[in-house]
This record gives sequence, C-alpha cells and structure tokens, in this order.
Amino acid sequence: MTSLTLVRRIAARPSIVFEALTTPEGIACWWGPDDGPVLLAETDVRLGGRFRVRFRMLDGSEHESTGEYIEVAKPTRLVMSWRWTHGGEPAEAGEESRVEIDLRPIDTGTELTFTHSRLQTDASRDSHEQGWTGAFDKLERHFAK
Amino acid sequence: MRLEQEGSISVGELARPFAIKLPAVMKHLDVLGAAGLVTRSKQGRTVAVRLAPDPMKEAMDWLRRYERFWSARLDRLVAYAEAQEAKAGTMKAQEDA
Repeated sequence: MTSLTLVRRIAARPSIVFEALTTPEGIACWWGPDDGPVLLAETDVRLGGRFRVRFRMLDGSEHESTGEYIEVAKPTRLVMSWRWTHGGEPAEAGEESRVEIDLRPIDTGTELTFTHSRLQTDASRDSHEQGWTGAFDKLERHFAK
Repeated sequence: MRLEQEGSISVGELARPFAIKLPAVMKHLDVLGAAGLVTRSKQGRTVAVRLAPDPMKEAMDWLRRYERFWSARLDRLVAYAEAQEAKAGTMKAQEDA
C-alpha cells in the first residue's frame, strides 16, 4: 500500500479547521487546485454520508471526486473514501483510495495530519488472482515436507 | 539489492545467504508478490524471482502526483482557516467590548 502523509500547523482552533474541511462554503475556498472555481460541493458529514465536489481548472477541464465518510469525530478526526468520478487521473479510474485527517489541538491552534492511502491496486489484485500463488503454495508444501 | 544487480535469480540462490528456511523465504516473496513488487516464474525445477519495476515506478508516480495535488490545497486550507479564525476572534473581541 502506498500512502502520502502531510502535516500542517494552523493558527486556528480545531473546530474552525474541521468546518473548513467539511462545509460546502469552506470546501469552495480551498479544494480547487488553481484559481479555477469549485462548481459544486455537497457534504453529508456523518458515518456513511457522502461528499461530492466538482471543480473547473483554468485550462477548462472539469473534475469531480466523491466518497463516503468512514469516520466522523468532530472536531478531531475525519476519514473518507476517495474516488474520481469525472476527469481526475485516468490511470485511477474506478480505483478507491482513502483520506484520513487528524486534528490535534496545539498551543498555537491545530496540527493537521493528512494521509492519503492508495489501497491495493487493480494490477496487484489481478496478479494475485492470476493463480501463480497457487503454484507456489504447492511448491511451498513440497518444501515443507 | 541482489535482484537489482542480477535481474533474475532462483529462490534457492536468493535464500542462501539468509539463516531462514526456504518456506519462510517463500512467505516473504508471497508478500512482495501480492504487493506487485516481484514476479516469479517457474523454469523447470527452479523458480526465478524478478523485480517488477513497473508497480514500484507507478507507486512513486502516484506519490508525486498527490503530493503536488494536496500540498497546494492544504496551503489554501490553512490560509482559509486562519482567516476564519481571525474573523471569529474579531467577533469575540466586539462581543467582549
């Protein structure tokens, strides 16, 4: 599994950071990758609730990602699944990843730890299922005798 | 390291320098194989192990892509949250006055 972790220290209390992460108004202010607009932001912040965000980049391309809230502990932790439903990375079509955000109160505000994890990829799942494991299991049993 | 130098190697040769039994080596290779990092092929009575460079490169590409993607966004999130905090602070100061 591949995962990326980024840490930021923010001069704002955790409840304000949590709102910025989860309200449509908040998301509209930071989700876009450049100065292009966020076209749509929907959030249903509860266990099993979904989010959907669509934005347009300056080059005119539109991208949309969606996912489900897997853990919601306001204002300290948020876990959600992540999937591109329009645009995004063609290489990742249909691939689901996971975003975990922890907010820890510190003297100056909040320490945000952000982790995006790629779950097992299609390629590795396929190679796993192609059956060479079966052949090696046999070989392993042979050596174990 | 040895896989990198030699390209392909048999499981027996791979296991030789280690003080572990062959089935244990196979278990390690199962894990690497499931992660798509090595491939194995049977050639007669020996099993050749080979590094799979593509999944490794693919993983690095993914990391680089999302590091760019999220770094810029988190910077904007920080700026936005700090502005909201400043606003909340001003409102509180007004209430207190």
